[in-house]
Amino acid sequence: MNPNKKRLRRTMMFLNVQKPGLIKDPYIYGPDSIILDLEDAVAENQKDAARFSLFHALREINYRGVERVVRINALDTPYWKEDIRCAVTGGCDGIRIPKTESPMDVKLVEDAVEYAERESGRPVGSVLIMAAIESARGVMKALDICEASERLFGIALSGGDYTKDLQTHITGTGIELMGARQNLVIAARAAGIQCFDTVYTDLDDMDGFRQDVENIHLMGFDGKSIINPRQIRIVHEIYTPSEKDIIFAEKVVREIDEKKKLGIGVFTVDGKMIDIAFYDGAKRTIALAKASGVYRGDL
Amino acid sequence: MINAVGRDIPEEILEMTGKEVFRGNHYFDGYTYRKHGPSTTCVINSNGSKLVSGLREAIEKCGIRDGMTISFHHHFREGDYVVNMVMEEIHKMGIKDITICASSLGKAHDPIVPYIEDGTITNIRSSGVRGKIGEAISKGKLKGLAVMQSHGGRVRSIATGEVEIDIAFIGAPTCDDYGNCRGIGGKSNCGVLSYAMADALHADKVIAITDCLVPFPNFPAHISMTRVDYVVEVDAIGDPEKIATGAAKPTTDQRKLMMADYCTRFVVNSPYFKNGFSYQTGVGGASIASTISLAREMRKRNVRMRFGVGGLTKPMCDLLINDQVDCLLDTQDFDLDAVESVKDLRHFRISAGQYADPFNKGAVVNKLDFVILAALEVDVNFNCNVVVGSDGMLTGAQGGHPDTAAGAKCAIVIAPLLQGRIPAICTEVTTVTTPGESVDVVITDYGIAINPRRQDLIEAMKEVDLPFKTIEELRDMAYSITGEPERVQFADRVVGIIESRDGTIMDVVRQIKSFEFSDK
Amino acid sequence: MEILKPAIAGTLESSDCQVSVEAGEGGIELELNSVVINQFGNQIRKVALETLERLGVNNVKLTIVDMGALDCTIKARIEGAVYRSQGQKEHLPWGGVIR
Repeated sequence: MNPNKKRLRRTMMFLNVQKPGLIKDPYIYGPDSIILDLEDAVAENQKDAARFSLFHALREINYRGVERVVRINALDTPYWKEDIRCAVTGGCDGIRIPKTESPMDVKLVEDAVEYAERESGRPVGSVLIMAAIESARGVMKALDICEASERLFGIALSGGDYTKDLQTHITGTGIELMGARQNLVIAARAAGIQCFDTVYTDLDDMDGFRQDVENIHLMGFDGKSIINPRQIRIVHEIYTPSEKDIIFAEKVVREIDEKKKLGIGVFTVDGKMIDIAFYDGAKRTIALAKASGVYRGDL
Repeated sequence: MINAVGRDIPEEILEMTGKEVFRGNHYFDGYTYRKHGPSTTCVINSNGSKLVSGLREAIEKCGIRDGMTISFHHHFREGDYVVNMVMEEIHKMGIKDITICASSLGKAHDPIVPYIEDGTITNIRSSGVRGKIGEAISKGKLKGLAVMQSHGGRVRSIATGEVEIDIAFIGAPTCDDYGNCRGIGGKSNCGVLSYAMADALHADKVIAITDCLVPFPNFPAHISMTRVDYVVEVDAIGDPEKIATGAAKPTTDQRKLMMADYCTRFVVNSPYFKNGFSYQTGVGGASIASTISLAREMRKRNVRMRFGVGGLTKPMCDLLINDQVDCLLDTQDFDLDAVESVKDLRHFRISAGQYADPFNKGAVVNKLDFVILAALEVDVNFNCNVVVGSDGMLTGAQGGHPDTAAGAKCAIVIAPLLQGRIPAICTEVTTVTTPGESVDVVITDYGIAINPRRQDLIEAMKEVDLPFKTIEELRDMAYSITGEPERVQFADRVVGIIESRDGTIMDVVRQIKSFEFSDK
Repeated sequence: MEILKPAIAGTLESSDCQVSVEAGEGGIELELNSVVINQFGNQIRKVALETLERLGVNNVKLTIVDMGALDCTIKARIEGAVYRSQGQKEHLPWGGVIR
């Protein structure tokens, strides 16, 4: 498995690849991933120019460890294949498929990615894929989509198009997204991949944004697509484990490592019943604590 | 001759100006001199007023002639009408070879460029120049030298008599017929008249120009009738819209907010952040944002400021309103909130001399703990450039930058690492305006560098979780992104000097030259 | 590669550059206008000429109006304009002459 499949992705920041001023140093703000956008942000008559910008940014800008995902144009456009050739050869870490409706969509992209990997001499399997779900059909097919490719690291809800398809709109309350969010996160977990929430577009309503992030955090999402660096700190704050969580996670990891050696399967930590099922979660908490800069331990 | 910041000052400039090269901030500490007093024409008879029919009559009565030095203040900022109105009149009178001694000149004064070109104006002293005047000087159109002075340095040059002002023109928002001027009231309300006070004290003739004549006595006067020869009433001395603007909206630019946040975290972790500290900041987005976030931290940590200095804006005045500071010392008001705040009894007007003159018996800047500044460029020796743009043109002002940096215990410069493709942190600044010995900390979006001269601050920050780097590391990061910049190519002729606050020469500014490819 | 028709790419936004190409008169003619010409004029020229050479363009009038773009953007805009002049939008030589 590509080791990056499970990396931390609390914030995935969209950037218009046609804006050199935006893509030259977004790492300054500390997002976990950036999504270099060839789709909605780029005007129809600039699709060609945007690719050159993307290619050289990927090749020449040192993004300092920030994951570089490229959002390609939809599969019903004439652009997406060339988008993939450009992005993969440029050296992107992942491809985001917009408007994914079926496992077939993922397969198509997977084939094109593999072709581009071979064409450019990159190791096959080095480029990951994520699928954005933007329709009622996509939501209903979520589990199949999640299981369509070994390369797929996650799915993301794209609320704008989805709510239109549902014949409603973004209300700011989240009520219109309830079913989709729930469905996607369940499907992603069932398939063992990550799940990301939709963007929050009202940049003036930072309280609303915070509430939104708190909700999706509790729902189990791994992170959120964001549209402005202003939003990063809030997401990371909310995803930062508490001191109490970290200490508990540390104990769990240590105890499980210890008890495994002794062949004990179930035991208690701080009076709570613990077994191996807690292990991944505890490890995740430690990783989050490290990424948030609050971990002082030695695990 | 090489000066203390490593700049080679041409001998002919030293000869022409009779100046020394810069030898360090404290070279003149303890220096004793006798101040220059103005020639004074007594007014003993008790009938009449000082009101004359118009500007022309006032100028004539002051005995204008070729080669004189006249002065202006810049409290009306980009809304100023006074400089243009006076120069137009002087030009009409056919006077030549005038030296302008202004506290600053801006884009509002573009209309005087033809008078530079035709020899009406042949020398300029100012904190800075922008727009077309800067361009004209950089292109070599000024016959003499442009001397860029800090606010404190200007007062020094006037008080020592190095500059003898023949006629001072003082735009006064309100004035009575006997010359009592106030910075508040009227249509062109600018709050204070700090920069004009030295002019009133030392100029031979003083003309007050107002668009709001009030009955005698206009008290308490900011500039006293005892200093004023003539009063002129005109329709307008400025454009109120551009004198004091509405308070700038706090920035939402994440980069600036990030630097402001670094700045505040540095300040609160430094040894000077304790009850009774003092603080000054500029008007840039990041500076304003850092004042706002500092206020939050002060509340949280229950720390009170003793005094704030400025160049004031709303966030500083809010400290007073919210009772987080004991008093404000005011030299200039940048927005309507600051102008309004002048009414507060804990908001004190100070003169530019009190504020920053290194040649008096101690200025306010010497009592500053923190000053937060900006810069166009900072080099690896922490020297700052605030007056010469990346195109080699004069386009900025020293203002109080060198004064406050020299005085404050902790001078912090905030600059984004890259201004477009121009690295703000570089090997050598184009022009030195503030010496590196005055600058303690540089904060960029890529990290923070503490001046190695300040081992005490480096020690104090050891456990603090901020992205500390060396200044060389910051430069290298910048160069790795932009490529290494070449130095601006200048022609030989010196068109201006950067005068250190003590009157020595910090650097020279040369005429620009159009770019040529290296291999063509 | 011959410049078949005049073409333009890029914008005049800060950190971008606008590049236009048209058929030359038997050589490379470069007109460079840059806000950072003093610091990076030589570098921009070098990047421009190298890019043209890689693309095999040797008969062109190239105009660059630069607003402080990094080298990667300058290359991207030149390539964008050149391939537009060819009308070619697919099967581009990524990693070949575009690099």
